[in-house]
Amino acid sequence: MSLFSSFFGRGNKTSAPVARDRLQILLAHERTGDGTESDLLSKLHAEILQVIKKHIPVDQDKVQVKLDRGNSVSMLEIDIEVPQLKSSDRP
Amino acid sequence: MAKVLVVTSGKGGVGKTTSTAALGAALAQTGQNVVVVDFDVGLRNLDLVMGAERRVVFDLINVIQGDAKLSQALIRDKRIETLSILPASQTRDKDALTAEGVAKVMQELREKFDWVICDSPAGIERGAQLAMYHADYAVVVTNPEVSSVRDSDRIIGMLDSTTERAKAGGKIEKYLLLTRYDPARAARGEMLRIEDVLEILSIPLLGIIPESEEVLRASNLGAPVTISSPDSPPARAYAEAARRLEGEKLEVTVPTERKGLFARLFKGRG
Repeated sequence: MSLFSSFFGRGNKTSAPVARDRLQILLAHERTGDGTESDLLSKLHAEILQVIKKHIPVDQDKVQVKLDRGNSVSMLEIDIEVPQLKSSDRP
Repeated sequence: MAKVLVVTSGKGGVGKTTSTAALGAALAQTGQNVVVVDFDVGLRNLDLVMGAERRVVFDLINVIQGDAKLSQALIRDKRIETLSILPASQTRDKDALTAEGVAKVMQELREKFDWVICDSPAGIERGAQLAMYHADYAVVVTNPEVSSVRDSDRIIGMLDSTTERAKAGGKIEKYLLLTRYDPARAARGEMLRIEDVLEILSIPLLGIIPESEEVLRASNLGAPVTISSPDSPPARAYAEAARRLEGEKLEVTVPTERKGLFARLFKGRG
């Protein structure tokens, strides 16, 4: 949330600017094409995992993907729980 | 044992998504583990009303098609830690939602949560039917207005015939949630009376949500009204409805006209 919206967002009558900011960010991402962004994200996710799997065993359940879409940049966060490695585990 | 609840109405624009968010948050605020699931494939909005729209990575269809694990698609609410959302997909392919896929996801959700709240799309087609299919409870959202009451009647008929419980010879527990109730217009006799709606639909009343600017403010901010203004009349009405869902016997409060200080002083002198 921008400083502007967090400052005004708490007031009682001025939720409209927050609504406008939220919609602008959301629609800017949705208009880039029909699902291309989520395709890109799942591709990135899958390929990053493949690279890591080359070196260590990864449990699908221990992978968390988080996203925060922003105005000019988005943050993609991939958390992978890496098990304690023994030398025999390496593929 | 998890409880699956569908929020449905037939008619669009009566407040299903708002009510899903508010009831989900209210139940989670009492410490229950709650997930709200958006079944409106192609036109998802629950994420927006919940303020999670910037955090959607995977959705219900991704889970059904095996592209993501359920745990990866669930988004944890930042304000209430026992509240999660499972977003719908924006795909135009309505067939992506399969009966088998939904059954599998619902089974997994039942294992993880105390309450699974399904936000139904408007209409009576596939999406709406899948949203209600696994339900143990149904909240029928109705406005005190003729077309909404008629559509609710239709939906009640479907709840009694096309759901898993109905097909097994059982029954879904159905409750009426009257939304956008305007006390001023009710006082002037310009709106269907509560008793009339109840008599026509003949299902128990879960709550009456007054028409309120707080509801619009909540969706502007992306927070369920029970979080954004917990002391407002609609938030209290939702919180009470949630307590009734948990089995508490509480009398339903009928919203009354809120008079300003000036009006009250004036009346006091009369």
